[in-house]
Amino acid sequence: METILEISEHIDPSTVYSELSHPESGGICVFVGAVRGVTKKEKVTSLFFEAYKSMALKEMQKIADEAKEKWNLNKLVMKHAVGKKNIEEPVVIVGASSAHRDDCFKACRFLIDTLKENVPIWKKEFFENDEVWVSSHP
Amino acid sequence: MNILLFGITRDIVGRHQLDGEEFKDLSTVGDLRNHLQQKYPDLQKLSSLNIAVNEEMREDSFIISGRDEIALIPPVSGG
Repeated sequence: METILEISEHIDPSTVYSELSHPESGGICVFVGAVRGVTKKEKVTSLFFEAYKSMALKEMQKIADEAKEKWNLNKLVMKHAVGKKNIEEPVVIVGASSAHRDDCFKACRFLIDTLKENVPIWKKEFFENDEVWVSSHP
Repeated sequence: MNILLFGITRDIVGRHQLDGEEFKDLSTVGDLRNHLQQKYPDLQKLSSLNIAVNEEMREDSFIISGRDEIALIPPVSGG
């Protein structure tokens, strides 16, 4: 299975269709996560993402391998942005293509859910008068 | 041994990296966590604090050596 993994300053959702397109794929499913301008009713000004890049790419490869075991996929993409990101900017793109839609829908959900749980990437939220590393405290 | 610090652990310690010379007498992941939590008490307030050795998450009993790359992994929040 062709797999594209990337952690970089800028990720571009406009290229994902061609990255996942495949002659044996009748379905392509993509999730794009973006910066939301409000969290818990507070106005967010921007986000900052930091990664332990070498380990994060290894963990993304493990998730891709697991997805390939579970479903019949032809292509798979996982990309995450790092650095400062403004409202509406894309920060994560995951997707898969498969012969029929069921496999790529399920895989796409698994890719983003497992990325959020396991991959060593951290997000800081900036508010007008505060900044917080997300999920760091109980 | 180098200890890499990310996210809130870097803010708490105030550095990107710690020189492992100070930790050379510690033999396991659990010993290292205890030592760091004593030295930097704010680390105890985190929801979790995992330790990666050579880019793999390891249990407390895992033996560390001077050649390892070690990283503190506070709660992840990507996506």
